[in-house]
Amino acid sequence: MTVYLLRRLIQAAGVVLAMSLLVFLGVYAIGDPVEILISPDADQIERERAIRSLGLDLPLWEQYLVFLGKALQGDLGRSFVFNEPALRLILDRMPATLELAVGATVAAIIIGLPLGLYAGLRPDSAVSKAIMAGSILGFSLPTFWVGLMLIMVFAVQLGWLPSTGRGETVEVLGVRWSFLTWNGLSHMILPAINLSLFKISLVIRLTRAGVREAMLMDYVKFARAKGLSPNRVVFVHVFKNILIPVVTVVGLEFGGTIAFSVVTESIFAWPGMGKLIIDSINVLDRPVMVAYLMVIVLMFVVINLVVDITYTVLDPRVRLEGKA
Amino acid sequence: MAGTAHAAAGALLSALVLAPGGARAQQAALTMAVGAPVTSLDPHYHQLSPNNAAASMIFDRLVNTDHQSRMVPGLATEWRVVEPTVWEFKLRPGVRFHNGQEFTADDVAFTIARVPNVPNSPSSFAIYTRPIREVQVVDPLTIRFRTEMPYPLMPMDMSNLFILDRQTHEGAATEDFNGGRAAVGTGPFRVVSHRNGDRIEFERNDAYWGDRPAFARVNYRMITNDAARTAALLAGDVEFIDQVPTSDLAKLRGDQRVALSEATGMRIIFLGLDHMRTDASPFVTDNNGQPLPRNPLKDVRVRRALSLAIDRHAIVDRVMEGAATPSGQYLPAGIYSHVPGLEAPRADPDAARRLLAEAGYPQGFRIQLNGPNDRYINDSRIIQAVGQMWTRIGVRTAVEAQPWPTFIGRAGRQEFSAFLVGWGSNPEGSHPLRNLSATWDRERGWGASNRGRYSNPELDRMIEQALSELDDAKREKILQDAQRLAMEDVAIIPLHIQTNIWAMRRNLAHTARADELTRAQDVRPAAAATSR
Amino acid sequence: MSSTTLGAAPVPAVPPKIETPFHRFVAEFAASPIAVGALVVFAIIALVAILAPWIAPQNPYDLAVLDIMDGRLEPGSVGGTGITHWLGTDDQGRDMLSGIMYGLRISLTVGAGSALIACLVGASLGMLAAYAGGRTDSAIMRLVDLQLSFPAILAALMILAFLGKGILNVVIAIVVVEWAYYARTVRGSALVERRREYIEAAQCLALPTHRVIFRHLLPNCLPPLIVVGTMQIARAIALEATLSFLGLGVPITEPSLGLLIANGYEYMLSGKYWISFYPGIALLVTIVSINLVGDQLRDVLNPRLKK
Repeated sequence: MTVYLLRRLIQAAGVVLAMSLLVFLGVYAIGDPVEILISPDADQIERERAIRSLGLDLPLWEQYLVFLGKALQGDLGRSFVFNEPALRLILDRMPATLELAVGATVAAIIIGLPLGLYAGLRPDSAVSKAIMAGSILGFSLPTFWVGLMLIMVFAVQLGWLPSTGRGETVEVLGVRWSFLTWNGLSHMILPAINLSLFKISLVIRLTRAGVREAMLMDYVKFARAKGLSPNRVVFVHVFKNILIPVVTVVGLEFGGTIAFSVVTESIFAWPGMGKLIIDSINVLDRPVMVAYLMVIVLMFVVINLVVDITYTVLDPRVRLEGKA
Repeated sequence: MAGTAHAAAGALLSALVLAPGGARAQQAALTMAVGAPVTSLDPHYHQLSPNNAAASMIFDRLVNTDHQSRMVPGLATEWRVVEPTVWEFKLRPGVRFHNGQEFTADDVAFTIARVPNVPNSPSSFAIYTRPIREVQVVDPLTIRFRTEMPYPLMPMDMSNLFILDRQTHEGAATEDFNGGRAAVGTGPFRVVSHRNGDRIEFERNDAYWGDRPAFARVNYRMITNDAARTAALLAGDVEFIDQVPTSDLAKLRGDQRVALSEATGMRIIFLGLDHMRTDASPFVTDNNGQPLPRNPLKDVRVRRALSLAIDRHAIVDRVMEGAATPSGQYLPAGIYSHVPGLEAPRADPDAARRLLAEAGYPQGFRIQLNGPNDRYINDSRIIQAVGQMWTRIGVRTAVEAQPWPTFIGRAGRQEFSAFLVGWGSNPEGSHPLRNLSATWDRERGWGASNRGRYSNPELDRMIEQALSELDDAKREKILQDAQRLAMEDVAIIPLHIQTNIWAMRRNLAHTARADELTRAQDVRPAAAATSR
Repeated sequence: MSSTTLGAAPVPAVPPKIETPFHRFVAEFAASPIAVGALVVFAIIALVAILAPWIAPQNPYDLAVLDIMDGRLEPGSVGGTGITHWLGTDDQGRDMLSGIMYGLRISLTVGAGSALIACLVGASLGMLAAYAGGRTDSAIMRLVDLQLSFPAILAALMILAFLGKGILNVVIAIVVVEWAYYARTVRGSALVERRREYIEAAQCLALPTHRVIFRHLLPNCLPPLIVVGTMQIARAIALEATLSFLGLGVPITEPSLGLLIANGYEYMLSGKYWISFYPGIALLVTIVSINLVGDQLRDVLNPRLKK
């Protein structure tokens, strides 16, 4: 197990390295940060000063080596835009995004699992058909559009919930959280739902597919034949079996949610990492882009690890050693 | 509608949350949302409009500008030329920084010295201090700047520099400003807290030397998504927004809960053309898609034809929903060195076709028009509309819109044949002329944004003459002649000047500014509006 | 070889009885009237998309026939060119009905094209990873990690910056972004399946590897793949819309459904609903029909749902 973990960590380091190189090349391909950041009336002398000051006058490989050298000492560079350490900017914004992603995941499971279970157990009922039809809406409507509709209906027309922003926060362990106050929570509801729509649909469909399949399995038939109560059959035998794909996908999607919260965060003015990264992309703030991606990669490696370990717990047929 | 009561309740609630002082707090607190994020509270770190807006709430300049961009006394009460190469500024007595430090000429000297030396600055304010050869503190309330050559733009340059305090800011880094500790100025508001990219909280500086702001507390939020910003206003979550999207104007104008304030801005939207290449231009071809041997855009008749083909009024009316003024020059009316009588060309497709035929292109040619899609108001819609109009005179136009980072990099490398950009001017004709239409020259620092590489020695000579003329009236005349020349030669194709629009709840009033800055000191309860 | 995978899959999975497997497949599919209805709707949509240049009232991509003076006309108005705009016009004076017909072409091409390519690439790699194990598995899965951790929008921005705008480039960008989902899904189920007895039996028979993978392993991994696949077509179309929303998608003068929605979205607050609403409905109907067909396909193709 230790060897396995160690190997995964080394692999993760490789991924991080490749990622940083990709971003360096990518930013280089997209455009020139100075051209975007500099005031349009700045003359050539001022431009050259800015290029030097941001270290962009060096050849690309040299810039990369300088970056690597500093990164090894834990310094991922300073944001071109904010003139603050990029890593700190990201970590400052991380709780907001985590909170939103967790909220969306919880919502997806609370709403998706029971609906999917119902649709799987009674596939021919009208309610199931409605659930399945509804789930299609969840991933066919563009997020930005649904987001605006949510704001228009619940904030502008009905006035039930605040339209944008993070609301009140409470500081716990030096980090600001908003789910601890009603005001903060109410600000979270709309963006969390917006972010979770796709996941709800996914969970519904995976659960339904899993349940339908499991109900036909020999062990379920056997359990029923043995005279176990239907509840026990569903919640112990069937449930355990369908959890694997659901855990995989929800786990994967959690990382995805964090990485893809860009649109939701920008529509709901949610001050998280996704908003930071899209703003940084817009001005080619390379240090923030690189640092952000490295943080995300690490997060993914951890999530995948957790998913893989959960696998073994849920399904002993999958062994970690087998795939190391 | 039932939403109104809820919305009002929401506004009340948010006001209560902001200032837990009870019912009266609603009057004292203001929640506003801006569309462009403030990235730093260091006033010398990044020359950027949103940063300047926040800075102008916290700090003062020697020369402030009023809502029509006219220079008015700031921390300097008067200024004059004492010798052709020496400017003298008399400073305002009795001004104190938020932390109680006294403001003196030494602080100005400190500021001038700090400006070019802010570490890591991606766009510093050094272009405004570079003409200064020597700073001389005459007495605590008098300072002189010596320049190499006579320099008429000194007061205007000073209207761009925010003044810091030597005692407070010696050695202060950008982070210290962003964290709020060093964000200490002489301005009408002091910083309570700052969360990057999210919000800044201000409180009124009751010791301010100038007009007292109407609100004791201000929550300055950043909501970059246009639709979300409008929705936040309609939902009552914020009471004031800037950069109102033109697509929402019709709705907001008809909404009883909302008032608008508008001012003609200083930002010209124009088309740049490839003046650099005499042979084939990259995105110009004949009607069969083969490259043309000569660049037709070098011919002034072709440029005139392209300008005449454009129905600027239709663009303003249909695309901009009225939120712009058609323009035939760099600056709007009412601004120093605007050229009277130089109107926006009226669309004349027939004359345009005749000019094309005269120039040897009776069947027209093909061109690609490039532009950004996320930078200026309706940018990608404007280039499509221009594409329609050019196609109608026989210049078949393909349109490509890209995100700004990609677009501007390519434009800066002269990769395009025709492109749409904008320019936010200082209120002085030499500013757009020198940057957009003067010959590109590294040493002189001219033509910085002359991305089409237009070059006209006669125009350069006139700009040079204007830049050493200290007499405002004479200089204005030279600048007007220079602009006429540039427009006759179609150095750029101006389209329109944007109107700056703000929207607010009915109970508020606002003094709209030409310079696009969104500041809390310009907002007040509507009742007080009549007294001004 | 892999291009035959999907078509070949049902053959071994359905043991032939009296009819041919294909007949049986059709009969099972037709058992659900909803699925048949969806298939018909989808066929109509596909036909409209294919025939758009001949049946649309206007060529919405030709700037010469557009006039901004006809911009934002309400549904049913008659424009300056004499065309009746049954679904109104957008801000450029583009006839919405024509725009939707042409937009369908692009959205379907982008959605189906990218999902198919991503599926082929991803499923092959995922299968390979699960079957080969060891270093191959690690290498592929780390690539998957790399890919999944790269925000789609950032990846697309970079790819589109490299390649320029265009429909093909959008497809490439979406494939690059989406293949990892298929790889991950297939590997997950293949890992479970390859430990099952029938695979071990096949291996004991010394069947060639590709035969074991494509004739035995893959068909049994198909159900989750089809679930993911049909969802990813929808996701690809939605992602294309989001890219267009962020200004990165297809060229603005050749709008897809997504770009039409994104353009019209700005007018929602001011009540000009048709610019965004009708393309939205078209998108919705398309995706719903694809998914209903996909659902039924999954049930029919799933060997384990057979009695």
